[in-house]
Amino acid sequence: MTALDRKMMRELGRLWPQVLAIALVMGCGIMVLVGAQATQATLEESRSAYYDRHRFADVFAGATRAPASIVEAAEQIDGVARAEGRIAFQAVLDIAGMAEPATARILSLSPEGPALNLPLVRRGRLPLPDRAAEVALNEPFAEAHGLVPGRTFRAVLNGQLRELEVTGWVLSPEFVYTIAPGSMMPDDRRFGLIWMTEPAAASAADMTGAVNDLSLRLARGADERAVIAALDRLLEPYGGTGAHGRDRQMSHAFLDGEMQQLGVMAAYMPPIFLIVAGFLVNMVLGRLIALERTQIGLLKAIGYSRAEIAAHYLKLALLIGVISVALGWGFGWWIADAMIGLYGDYFRFPFIIRDFGSGALAVSALLGLATVLVGAGRAVWASMRLPPAEAMLPPAPPRFAQSATDRVLSRLGLRQTTMMIFRSILRWPGRAAVTGLGVAASVAVLVMSYFMFDSVDRLADSVFAQANRQQVTLSLSQAKGEAALMDALALPGVHRAEGGFGMPVRLIHGHRSRLTALQAHFEGAELARLIDDEGRVVPLPDRGLVLPEMLARALDLRRGDLLRVEMLAPPREVLTLPVTAIIAQGMGQEAHIAAPALFRAMQVAPQVNMIHLAVDPQAMARLNATIKETPAVAGLADWSEVRRQFDATLSENLLTMVAIYTLIGVLIAIGVVYNAARIQLSERRHELATLRVLGFTRAEVAFVLVGEMMLLTLLAIPLGWIAGHGLARGLVGAMSTDLIQIPFLVTRRTYALAAMAVFLAALGSVMVVRRRLDQMEMTTALKARE
Amino acid sequence: MSESPDSPPVFRTEAVTRVYRTGAVDVWALRGVDLTLAEGELVVLLGASGSGKSTLVNILGGLDLATSGRVFFRGQDLSRASDRELTAYRRDHVGFVFQFYNLVPSLTARENVALVTEIARRPMPAEEALARVGLAHRMDHFPAELSGGEQQRVAIARAIAKQPDVLLCDEPTGALDSATGVQVLEALYEVNRDLGTATVLITHNAAIQRIAHRVIVLADGKVVRDERNAARVLPAEVSW
Ligand SMILES: Nc1ncnc2c1ncn2[C@@H]1O[C@H](COP(=O)(O)OP(=O)(O)OP(=O)(O)O)[C@@H](O)[C@H]1O
Ligand SMILES: [Mg+2]
Repeated sequence: MTALDRKMMRELGRLWPQVLAIALVMGCGIMVLVGAQATQATLEESRSAYYDRHRFADVFAGATRAPASIVEAAEQIDGVARAEGRIAFQAVLDIAGMAEPATARILSLSPEGPALNLPLVRRGRLPLPDRAAEVALNEPFAEAHGLVPGRTFRAVLNGQLRELEVTGWVLSPEFVYTIAPGSMMPDDRRFGLIWMTEPAAASAADMTGAVNDLSLRLARGADERAVIAALDRLLEPYGGTGAHGRDRQMSHAFLDGEMQQLGVMAAYMPPIFLIVAGFLVNMVLGRLIALERTQIGLLKAIGYSRAEIAAHYLKLALLIGVISVALGWGFGWWIADAMIGLYGDYFRFPFIIRDFGSGALAVSALLGLATVLVGAGRAVWASMRLPPAEAMLPPAPPRFAQSATDRVLSRLGLRQTTMMIFRSILRWPGRAAVTGLGVAASVAVLVMSYFMFDSVDRLADSVFAQANRQQVTLSLSQAKGEAALMDALALPGVHRAEGGFGMPVRLIHGHRSRLTALQAHFEGAELARLIDDEGRVVPLPDRGLVLPEMLARALDLRRGDLLRVEMLAPPREVLTLPVTAIIAQGMGQEAHIAAPALFRAMQVAPQVNMIHLAVDPQAMARLNATIKETPAVAGLADWSEVRRQFDATLSENLLTMVAIYTLIGVLIAIGVVYNAARIQLSERRHELATLRVLGFTRAEVAFVLVGEMMLLTLLAIPLGWIAGHGLARGLVGAMSTDLIQIPFLVTRRTYALAAMAVFLAALGSVMVVRRRLDQMEMTTALKARE
Repeated sequence: MSESPDSPPVFRTEAVTRVYRTGAVDVWALRGVDLTLAEGELVVLLGASGSGKSTLVNILGGLDLATSGRVFFRGQDLSRASDRELTAYRRDHVGFVFQFYNLVPSLTARENVALVTEIARRPMPAEEALARVGLAHRMDHFPAELSGGEQQRVAIARAIAKQPDVLLCDEPTGALDSATGVQVLEALYEVNRDLGTATVLITHNAAIQRIAHRVIVLADGKVVRDERNAARVLPAEVSW
């Protein structure tokens, strides 16, 4: 090791707390980058391997009832490699030990064995073709109920209560993420998937010789849009509900959304951390080189070249970079493991192909090292340019000279120690700016992190407290006249029943079209209401459609435009309706209409296919028991239970999330304030020691240092709020898909929390430095400056 | 006010030692110093480099503690004082002047003096202190805008502005040329004469001893000579 290298190692040993502070800031950015990308790559690879091995379909379609021969016709479509038809329907289950009914989607298994979307048997076996009572269950649902092979449960199939026997547990590429239709959260207890032999399913659904659900796998290079159009034409006579690709397949779309969010995280957070780290390296090395001025002069005088001296300091910077990158990688892997574990609760993969995100590793290493080099550049350049003779002189003392601001400051009658704070900020505006920007970045990152809770709160409030005030929503197996409401009122504990009518539709405007649902709202509804982003109840005009902004934009619609509405369920009418209102509704994807307007256009008497109930909580058990045996009810959504689970999931994760975000966010403030305070201390050691000699107490002396840092912190906080607001808005934009638009809302609580966390972190950091100040020898003031 | 040998002492030291323990070796900076300094005295402290002058003055000024022995300031035992008591002692009673002026670069001359008057018990106005050292016309200048001698006079103004009981000066002219040094000495001389502030002045310059009431010489941590000046001269008559 050369003498210079030894000097560098000593430097590192002396500066280690500052180096660590920088490494933590930069490491954090790299951690997010590596963690998010490794998680994303792992999900991606696991998913694509799973899809491949289990022949996940590319195109999906539903119909009311199509002849089984349609499958062969579908296979003839240009670009289709394989087609499979099956019978799918919804059923209410009665599971022992569960008071409320569960719902399930029942899927038929072809007798020759499935060709697409192959279920993976995890336990037991698939039902045998000739055993009508045998079924396989999806693993999470079976697990939740302990329905091991051999156990039985009851289901209402086609109006009859039947006993079914479990033969095995399976996972399917179609249901990596399982969520009940119309639900907000996965619920493995209340929603299951049941695979049943084809004859049994056909007899239960009255579909012998027919199918109502098609899956296609495309040949390489096929044109998906053309296939979808051809399939739609093919299914048109049989009540096709609109074919779609994987992008509209629930499980696939959710996974996509999650990966997109990981990508956004990897793109959004790291730059902030890297930029701040770059400034910190600059600050620390700049100071180091200023302090070593005479040594640099000496090195030059004894014959070291400029390049050797520059290389010496660059090496030190690189070492800081290497430490940061290593730290970031380590934590990145750790966090990826934790996140993949967490995803395992929501996404059911039979296997995980762990990807270490080698791309992210390389990118982060490059970025990290580039950051320190750029950060070090200016300081190192300055060291190179010093002529040796000048360098050996002590650095010129800071030039304070009178200016207008000084005269103003003098008039304010401030204490001299306060004056020292102001002067220091004014004389080194660049340094104050870096400290301020760092603190602001910290506040901004926290605002950007905490605001998500505001959005979720707003969302929960709008969904639960405003839009869906019913306890229970029943979905009927067939549309009924309004008289059904009277029957519903007779159910146990029900004190209010409101009708709803929803139907899958295809909306067409020009060459743009969209598959969605149309919801009809009955007059005087008090339970299920249409609510906009401001939480206001939207009154439905007596004619025409109300669309949320996103949908209107996707279809390029303005108020007054005419829209073609194709109903995808009986009576399969095609209506042309004007758009009479466009509302701000971030989560909304559906079209709305006043019930009288719809039924007038359809020229039928009003109907309902959903019933919203206000129920006496004490009567829920009796209501559940009754519904389990009511054939007319195809499904049930228990909103109070959904709310309970939503809150439980949230509060379970909330503290951890807040803690992690806070830690990451305040690291920037800690790194910046600690380094700035250390530099101040080393530069003003003499001055501060002199104050002690003059009889100032430790607290009074510390005030000069602590006061400056905290003043900068306070000044920077509002800046951080503004930046955080901007970042949050950007994040909302980046994370929104055409399925979800996250509501944008930053509450005062978020601003206050972010400010408080950063203020405390800054105070803590400067207090650590204050301890050094307290331990400082007064007599250092009396000796010449080193 | 001239010397008055009968007035009660400002400082009394009893067998003061100061040992620096640096690694394996003990450095005896003071090896038993017994001294009594009277009110109003102007004492010049001489001695070779490393003889313990600064160490002694730092102990008198409450910046450092004796390893053994006792130090009394007007009867208050400084050798037993806590850090808090020493801070209060410095704040209320001691004025310091150092070789490296130790001004706060971010404060003007007036503000450097105000730094002390703001926390002192019975200060004189900063302007008066500066006028006393002949700097009435440079009050709003920053240290960087002043010459070395001017900076040192600001430091003296800062030291006297609190009307201290003792003025401790460690080589105040050490960094100055002869003419400038004389100006600084004049300022100290006048403060001692007019305000009666007991003054200890460390110097390497033997010529300066002639302005003192009393000359004390240290060698190797001990007092080796302690005598009164039969005939004092004015600073203007000193040159080096
Ligand atoms: N902090 C310290 N650690 C160790 N030894 C010290 C320390 N300060 C002073 N000394 C030693 O104590 C002795 C007396 O030092 P002091 O500074 O009092 O001398 P001085 O008479 O003021 O010298 P000079 O005229 O050079 O200023 C010297 O030998 C010095 O090396
Ligand atoms: Mg000395």
